Amino acid sequence: MAENQDPLAINPELTTRILTGFIRSEVQRAGFERGVIGVSGGVDSALSCLLAAEALGSENVLALTLPYAASSPEATGHAQLVIEKSGVQTKSYDITPMVEPYFEAHPEMDQIRRGNVMARARMIVLYDHSAAFDGLVVGTGNKTELLLGYTTLFGDSASALNPLGDLYKTQVRQLARAIGVPDVIVQKPPSADLWVGQTDEGELGFTYADVDLLLHKLVDQRYSPQACIEAGFDQVFVQNVVERIRQTQYKRVLPPIAKLSNRTVGYDFLYLRDWGT
Amino acid sequence: MSKLKLGLAQINTVLGDLDANLAQHLVLIQRAREEKTDLLVFPELSLTGYVLQDLTPEVALRPSNDDPVFNQLLQASMELDLVVGFVEAERRHRFYIAAAYLSRGAVVHVHRKVYLPTYGLFDEGRFFAWGDSVRAFETRFGRVGMLICEDFWHASPPYLLWLDGAELLVLISASPGRGLSNAGRLESAHWVERINQAYASLFTVFVAHTNRVGYEDGLNFWGGATVFDPDGALLVRGPDFEPALTFAELDLAQLHRTRARLPLLRDERTNLMSKELARILDSTHLLHDRSEAQ
Repeated sequence: MAENQDPLAINPELTTRILTGFIRSEVQRAGFERGVIGVSGGVDSALSCLLAAEALGSENVLALTLPYAASSPEATGHAQLVIEKSGVQTKSYDITPMVEPYFEAHPEMDQIRRGNVMARARMIVLYDHSAAFDGLVVGTGNKTELLLGYTTLFGDSASALNPLGDLYKTQVRQLARAIGVPDVIVQKPPSADLWVGQTDEGELGFTYADVDLLLHKLVDQRYSPQACIEAGFDQVFVQNVVERIRQTQYKRVLPPIAKLSNRTVGYDFLYLRDWGT
Repeated sequence: MSKLKLGLAQINTVLGDLDANLAQHLVLIQRAREEKTDLLVFPELSLTGYVLQDLTPEVALRPSNDDPVFNQLLQASMELDLVVGFVEAERRHRFYIAAAYLSRGAVVHVHRKVYLPTYGLFDEGRFFAWGDSVRAFETRFGRVGMLICEDFWHASPPYLLWLDGAELLVLISASPGRGLSNAGRLESAHWVERINQAYASLFTVFVAHTNRVGYEDGLNFWGGATVFDPDGALLVRGPDFEPALTFAELDLAQLHRTRARLPLLRDERTNLMSKELARILDSTHLLHDRSEAQ
């Protein structure tokens, strides 16, 4: 087999097959038939939504659009495109009345705090609809976000299953394009849309195209940071990313439990979630 | 007997539920019987599921008529030979990943997995004991050798079975799919199929492999059962990712024809191999057998 020109190239049919099977298996083995998903208008949630619709049937998926007063109207339009394309059930709920009184009571809040509150307010609505719709929350976080910790803990990172967590952002784009996510969504600059003008790449200080290639070397191919620098990556960029991965490890694990007994959840009480199913 | 109809079951399992998995085995055995199958092979840990962790002691069995699960399988083996995957509990309460060959109501052979992957996503060494023998055994179709997944990621167990006279290697897996690229199959699927073909070619034996399907949490299992003949030719391939019962008709006379043409076994210099291996083990600290290290 010839070596890939692009180390991040993926086979869309194979990936779709594995991920739709995963969604179906993990939803049904937990005793559900349905999924709930927050659709923002971005490429990650668009892809998750289309995969969930294919896996569970569009009638079994509820897409929630959860705008805030300052959300970009363009994003809402893009979310609508995804809902139309996937044919899923839909509901919209404006989170402004949930979060605004809290913001007013804390006028000193910076953008980060406000953004985190909004992400967690959306989580509350998603999980409430998980109960109301009798479906599991399907996550939308990708591998790049997970590794960089570019996510709000217990906010957008909260889900019952995460089909995209082993795909880098550039791979999400490839797969999204292949399964028919509208181009306007695939091509736009990624944004959490938590404040006006926010973009991921502006906030992170580098592009997904660059960081995905670096992460692939560091994480998947187990290159040392020094070997990445020797392979041509900028030294400051490499150090920044390596440190960022280390600092955000807490977002990728459950809270540590202080061990006292002989058998402790997380250390030596070991069962898969699929236990017995 | 010069023909062998082989059935390869690639099944999904219920994690830790012996009754449910046994019921599925019996259904497939019945189907295979209707198809006049001589030997039906199930994947690794087919009676229990794969990522057992703390479930291991709860699902461990002793392969005999006294065991309610094996009792039914042994009954079923009156009609056709079976290979099943299970957790074996031995008398000293050590637990092995094992494969049992059942025929005409008897346990003909049990193989205990000799290589337990404990790296990357694998944690078998934490929960299971290491098997310590690799033996071929006689069946009514000829001499057979069984290996379980990681056993055949190492070249030595298939090599030993070849020298021990195996004409058919029965390889069973619960192999988690991994290694996504722009190719149409995962790297792990390519790898396993490639070495199966290599063993068939190098050892001029039949190599049958079956692997489970389904998911356990985020792990996928890719199926893709295969049979290669002693020329290394692919006889049959099961579908990827889907449960299936795949049949292959083995013309055992092919062994005679291939080995008449290509006498690799006849010419294998086992004394040379043994002498050089002894020298290497004597002269280097780099190569340690596990049992020596313990």
